[in-house]
Amino acid sequence: MIGSDAIVKCLEKEGVTTLFGYPGVAICPFFNSILNTKIESILVRSEQNAAHAASGYARVTGKPGVCVATSGPGATNLITGIATAYADSIPLICITGQVDSKLLGSDVFQEADITGAAESFVKYSYLIKDVADIPRIMKEAFHIATTGRKGPVLIDVPIDVQNSTITGFKYPDSVNMRTYKPTVKGHAVQIKKVRTELAKAKRPLICAGGGVILSCAQKELRDFSHTYSIPVVSTMMGISAMTNDDPLYFGMIGNNGKSYANRAMKECDLLIVIGARIADRAVSSPDLVTKDTVLIHIDVDPAEIGKNVGPTIPIVGDIRSIFNDLAKESAECDFHAWLKTLQGYKKAEKPRKAPRRKYVDPAKFITVLSEALDKNAVYVADVGQNQMWSCGYYIAKGGRFLTSGGMGTMGYSIPAAIGAKKADMKRDVVAVCGDGSFQMSMCELATMVQNDIPIKIIVFNNGYLGLVREYQHNTYKANYSMVNLGTCPDLSKIAEAYDLLYWRLDNNTDMEKEVKSFLAQKKAGIMECMLDPMDTVK
Amino acid sequence: MIKVLQLIVDNTSGVLSRISGLFSRRGYNIESITAGTTADPRFTRITIVTSGDEDILEQIEKQVGKLIDVRDIRVLHPDESVYRELVLIKVRVGEEKRQPLVTLCDVFRSKIIDISKDSMIIELTGTTSKINAFIDVLSDYEILEIARTGIAGLRRGSDGIVNFKD
Repeated sequence: MIGSDAIVKCLEKEGVTTLFGYPGVAICPFFNSILNTKIESILVRSEQNAAHAASGYARVTGKPGVCVATSGPGATNLITGIATAYADSIPLICITGQVDSKLLGSDVFQEADITGAAESFVKYSYLIKDVADIPRIMKEAFHIATTGRKGPVLIDVPIDVQNSTITGFKYPDSVNMRTYKPTVKGHAVQIKKVRTELAKAKRPLICAGGGVILSCAQKELRDFSHTYSIPVVSTMMGISAMTNDDPLYFGMIGNNGKSYANRAMKECDLLIVIGARIADRAVSSPDLVTKDTVLIHIDVDPAEIGKNVGPTIPIVGDIRSIFNDLAKESAECDFHAWLKTLQGYKKAEKPRKAPRRKYVDPAKFITVLSEALDKNAVYVADVGQNQMWSCGYYIAKGGRFLTSGGMGTMGYSIPAAIGAKKADMKRDVVAVCGDGSFQMSMCELATMVQNDIPIKIIVFNNGYLGLVREYQHNTYKANYSMVNLGTCPDLSKIAEAYDLLYWRLDNNTDMEKEVKSFLAQKKAGIMECMLDPMDTVK
Repeated sequence: MIKVLQLIVDNTSGVLSRISGLFSRRGYNIESITAGTTADPRFTRITIVTSGDEDILEQIEKQVGKLIDVRDIRVLHPDESVYRELVLIKVRVGEEKRQPLVTLCDVFRSKIIDISKDSMIIELTGTTSKINAFIDVLSDYEILEIARTGIAGLRRGSDGIVNFKD
């Protein structure tokens, strides 16, 4: 057995069934070893998308996504995908080939110091120098990626290490890491304080972030909020933690969130933040939150607590475990007056200004689309105006909403949707992007077709990089620069070239019927929606 | 505010770059950093002097503590710890002025470790303030070079690396 066989064996032991990658000489031993296994390796068209696909896969399965690339440019191409996963705490195992270990540091062909270059975007990284270390390192990598605050782990393997003989391969049963022991259980005293604060509060509010979903605590969150009738708002990453038909759910906060959600944040007297960073886009001035508010901050990462807002009561640990402990507590409270106030705010929300009649209204479209989607469908939103509309009008019914929230990486939706579909071929997966983000990942249409991964792609075509155009409209008095995408390519021809179905919506006419018939198709396809180029988010 | 952090880290390759990289990336200050093996050769002790307001210092402690290789992080509070720093100072001095300088060195209990025809290298170990004071006093002379090590420190009392459990 050689090193690359050992790596593949470790992946099998970890239950990996699918990985996404792109070859090169330095990773050839690995791709040779993979032939002898049941692990399916999907050839993407650009390494960045291997990482995004692994991210979509990880988010749907709850297991780490695996992506594999070669040394040098293959490895550096992965970085944006790794950084995107890191910003959203998505567990990834990224394996890169590396030049011969004896040549390291001598700038040979396709050598890049990838552990150094990716340092600030990984939870941890390894450069394997001894083939005997492979089993331990692989075990540790999976452990680190999936515990505590999840994230990507990079493993760089020189080609000679992949080719070296390994004797007495044994995959360890457990990890022994002296320095890494994340907290799982919340502190009992702190948890008791939640009850005390709930009993005192008049206007409590839960702000749910992506951590709730990463910890698979959606049900626990819903149970907890319903036990006490506490209203819930979410961050962008927290969308789909609650369902929209839940009377206790009051939408997304932030710059592009619902005004009633932001009003709830301002007016609450007890704010329970769960698995959220409270970053700049969610709360325009984080310090404001704590002024007259009791803040309980629950997070698995102790460094998040107090980073952006100073909490009154910090609780560090796994969110699901903390919810389970919270369920053992009880408090007498009645928040009906507060709920009534919030419902009033919600009713008073002004609808978005509809675009000109001859175009598709994206808000209406997303509403129609989410209503037509299967209950447990996966909706992948890209980045740009399309993301803001998706966040605003997507209706969570129990499925998943994926997007690149932290990094805001354009081109995320198509590869991530490919990964999500591979994770569960029975679920409907739809990628919603703009014409800008579509063109960034257009190459992956081939991956989709070649591997028979039938996702549905919605392209909002407005001929512009709309969110930047809107920003330039507001900040630079409509002096547009570098935002005009023109009218090419012709998506019907693109669809034809890739043997995909093609639907086109010019305006709101027959929207429901068209969307339903598009979704009902078994084959992969593109639906192009013609938008008002001057349409705005709000 | 100045804080002295003591890190006990796994002796892995690249550990120092992971730590210094975190400081530069997040915009934290490093006033000084020293590293060396501990009584247990598996571990390295890194002593970092850092500055910032209270919130920043708390974030530094948390973010550094989060690094996988960092086994233990502690603040060395001045009243519970001892700090020492070593400095080598090269001074231009001819034969005629050598004697008063030797006397001055005696007062500060520093050592003269090298003499050439027109210069001297002085070694002094002490707290940062003592070293600053000594450098101040030497201002009458032409200082050619200064090499400071940065702080090494230990907590008082009997706790130490040997008490660490695996």
